[in-house]
Formats: sequence, C-alpha cells, structure tokens
Amino acid sequence: MKPCLPPFACRRLVLLTALLLGAVKAAGAADALPTAEIAPGVFVHQGQQQVWSHANAGDVANLGFVVGSQCVAVIDTGGSPQLGAALLAAVRQATPVPVCYVINTHVHPDHLLGNQAFAALEPRPRFVGHARLPASLSARAPFYRDALQRELGVELAAEGVIFPEVLVDDRHELDLGGVRLTLRAWPTAHTDNDLSVQVGERGPIFLGDLLFAGHLPVIDGRLLGWLEVMDALDTLDLELAIPGHGAPSADWKVAMAVQRSYLLGVRDGVRAAIDAGTPIAETVEALAGAGVDNWLLVDEFHRRNLTAAYAELEWED
Amino acid sequence: MNTLRSLLLAAALALGASGASLAQQPNADDPEASTSWQQVRNAMFPGRSITSPAEAIISIEAPDRAQDAAIVPVSIRTHVEQRAERYIEKVYLVIDNNPSPVGAVFHFTPASGRADIETRVRVDAYTHVRAIAQMNDGELFMATRFVKASGGCSAPPGKDMTAAMASLGKMRFRVDGDIEAGKPALAQLMISHPNNSGLAMDQLTRLYTPAYFVRRVQVSYAGEPVLSADVDFSISENPNFRFYFLPRGEGELKAEVIDTNDLKFETVLSVAPK
Repeated sequence: MKPCLPPFACRRLVLLTALLLGAVKAAGAADALPTAEIAPGVFVHQGQQQVWSHANAGDVANLGFVVGSQCVAVIDTGGSPQLGAALLAAVRQATPVPVCYVINTHVHPDHLLGNQAFAALEPRPRFVGHARLPASLSARAPFYRDALQRELGVELAAEGVIFPEVLVDDRHELDLGGVRLTLRAWPTAHTDNDLSVQVGERGPIFLGDLLFAGHLPVIDGRLLGWLEVMDALDTLDLELAIPGHGAPSADWKVAMAVQRSYLLGVRDGVRAAIDAGTPIAETVEALAGAGVDNWLLVDEFHRRNLTAAYAELEWED
Repeated sequence: MNTLRSLLLAAALALGASGASLAQQPNADDPEASTSWQQVRNAMFPGRSITSPAEAIISIEAPDRAQDAAIVPVSIRTHVEQRAERYIEKVYLVIDNNPSPVGAVFHFTPASGRADIETRVRVDAYTHVRAIAQMNDGELFMATRFVKASGGCSAPPGKDMTAAMASLGKMRFRVDGDIEAGKPALAQLMISHPNNSGLAMDQLTRLYTPAYFVRRVQVSYAGEPVLSADVDFSISENPNFRFYFLPRGEGELKAEVIDTNDLKFETVLSVAPK
C-alpha cells in the first residue's frame, strides 16, 4: 500500500514518466516487467521502495506468478492497469500456459489496480481474494480511482476495478497442474482482508503486506491482530518468503522480527500516551521520531501508523 | 427531519453525492474562493457577515496533510469565557469538499465552561476545514485550515467493518485529573459506532449500503445541558469528542447518543469536585 506525494511534488518527474509510458505504447504491447525466478516456476517482480506515484507509474509492490503444467496463478497485479499489462507480458514471456487465477493478497491499490489487464483475457481467469475483500474494495474503490487519477494521471472506470469471485474465508487450495497453492485468509492484521499464498509443501510463500522489509510497515487493519498473525506465521517451516514490499528472503523470520520490533514500539508508545491522557494529535507529534531508524518511507507512514494505533488502542480494556 | 438536517441535506445535494470535483484543485490560500463553501454559506448563513480570521474568538488545528484519511484529528479552541450574558452558542464544523460538508453543529451553554471541542473527521479530498462560532447574539466568527488529502492507499472508510458492528453502541467517558468546582473540566466521550457514509456499493447486489451513523449527541452535567451536537458521517468511525463542562457540586455526567436507526445509547459518570 502506498499513498503518494501530491502531484506537484512529482512534476519534475512527469516528463520522464511520460517518456517511459510513450516507449511502452510505442512497443504496441506493454514491455514485460522484469522478474526473477526465485524457485522453480515461481516468478517475482520486486516493486520499488517508494510511494505510489507518477514517477514510478505505480510500480511499488511485489508481484508474482506461479507456473504449473495446466495453469498460471498471478499473485497481485500492480498499481495501475498499465502495470498489470506489463506483468501479463512477463507471464507471456515466461510461459504459454494460460492464466487461470488472479489472486489479490489484499485491498490496497498498489497490489490490485492492475487486475483489469487480466480481466480481458480469453478465457477470463478467476479472480480470488479474502472473503472480506469485496466489502472493503466496494467502500474504497471510488477513493482509489480518484487517487489513481490524482497521483498517476490514469483514468479508471468503475468497471475497471475487478472484484474477486472466488472468496476464501479460511483455507483454499488451487491445483495448477503439478503445483498446489494453499491460500490462507487471516484475521484482521495489515488490513481486514489479508491472504497468503503458499507454493507446495515447503514454500515459497507470498505473504502480501503481512510482511514488509525495508519499507515501513503500514497499519490499515488492527495492530494487535497483526502481532497475533505474525505469531502464527512464525510457526511456519518454510524456506522462502516474499514480502509485499522489499526483497524475497530465506531469512524472512529475521525480517519478521524486525517488523515485530517496530510494531511493538508503536504499541507500547501509544499505550503509554493514552494512559497519560495525551490526545491523539499530541501523541502523534511526540512519537514521530521514535523507533523508526533503518526504515524507509518513515515520513510517509509513521505518523499515520501512530494515528491508527491510537484509535485502536484507546478501546483496550 | 428537523430544519437543521434539511439544511444539511440541501447543502449536500447542492454539491452532488460525490462531493466537489477532484479535478478542480481547491485554492489553499483563499478560503472564500471555495465554491462548496459558498453553497454551504448561502444555505446556512444567508445574508450574514462572518468575521474571519477571528483569532481572539476561535482557532482551529488540523494536520496539513491527512495522515490517515479515516482519522484526521481536528481541535477547535475558543477564547471566550462562557458567561450568561455573552457566550458561544454554536460551533459549526464544515469540511468543504466532503460529500456532506457540514460535519457537525455543536451547541454550548454557559454551563459548558468553554466551547472548545476536539474530534476526528474523515477527509475525502483536498479541502478547507472550518470552525464557525455563533455567539448568543448571533454574531459569527470563523477559523479555517487547509488539509491535503492523504495518498493513494488511505481511504475514509474504516479498517475493519465486521469488528465495527460487533462493538456497536459501547461508550466510554473519561475525565482526567482533579476536578475543581467552578473551573472548566475536560471530558472525553468515546462512542463505538461504524459511522459509515453509506456511499459504498455492494458489488454483488449493486445496492448501496444504507448510511448508518450517529446523528445526535447530548451531554448533561447534574441535569444541565453542557454539549449537544448534530453530527454526521464526516465524523470518523468510533466518534470521539473532547469538551469542557463546568462542575459545581457532585453530579452525574450523562451522555445520550442517537443514531440514524434511532438506536439510543447512554452512559453516565459520577463526578465529585474537590
């Protein structure tokens, strides 16, 4: 997930972006997004560690696809239809096997606004998401479309926001032909609709934004719930994990520990402020510099996290 | 529907259900240039003069950029003693570019002690946020702040809709520190409520979810009204108000809340000044 800088902050980069987009259009079809095959048949495109903006054309989240003998499953589609098309081009470059499934790990626009590029395929793939994704996306889609227009200059019709039709409320398996995916719907954590995608018995696992590496974690669900989900993830014995933002890693438990340390710092700082009767705005200012060393995008997300944590924790018993 | 709500609705309709155009970037430097404000002004205060800025009477604090569009803290401070002969009777909170710009009308009395109010609002777009004080003689004073909408991922709807419904109607009062008779005391009222706008469409049924929000809050101390508010879905999920009251002797602080389904919630707190 990624808010953006205001448009005027990006203006000097607009020309460059226009040139890039022009190059994409001139090629007739979108240029393929660069991907790495991190395990056999498992491809990952690593998004930039930036906010969703004109300058990066919405390419800020990790995207991927898994290739079986019968089917490809795409996992997250990027922050714009154009980016989705570039991901589709990467799939086409890797394999002629048809895309049967498009899985969204959660509602945020940098992971899902590329869906439209896959909806046009014949036969149309099935779109898969958490059982609570449709409600959340319904409520947010108008704002995401406005933000896409405001931040990236891309118009997207209401029908261009593609909703899942396969809904997962606990676990769900998809057979790609020789490769089995296990999808797991989590209780409210980063958002209220986080879905993980595990490949085979030993991974890799796509964690969506349940794990951030480098990029500051963003609370848009429930801080305490997220900590609980992380406890459950820590029990998984898997070789490789792909965070929603940052590098895929075999040391993903270390990345989890770093994320936990940040979230615990937010929890404890905000709790203490609430106990002391400090109002929300003053709390956010007082903690604006706390526990953020070595993270990227602190200015964009830390205050926001403190705000969300305060609104959640003030209801603790 | 009372007159006020008719006015609010008229103002909302005048602007169209989707609020002001996002393409038309509002001018941060000129609060009067806002077309939605001109419409609200004509509907709510026709032909009346409004003094602005009016720092000796009223000021407003809000972040320059909405960090989280669903929870934008707004703090309105007043600088007038609430005396029987001269006091602030109402404070209007207006968020120009929200679908329903008049987010709240707070009513105060001399028993309020001070007409300060702090709450959290949703901000849909780049917008001026205004606090307009109406004195008991009808005179109007206004403070404004410009708030930039937050980025792409932050949206005004809440974070966990299922959880919001599960704890519906839970309320909390909080009064910190020692209470002294005759000295304005700060209180906080928290209301667990999804407070949704009803502007989201269910993709399966193609129906809009009905708006469901807290519409009236009434707080009394020892039977005397200290704060009442007509509010709507511009107020964040789990509406939260910090305000003052003037304690005199032992008494109960009592809050009554009514939502758009006419559900009523109540909470009380005993207060014993030193």
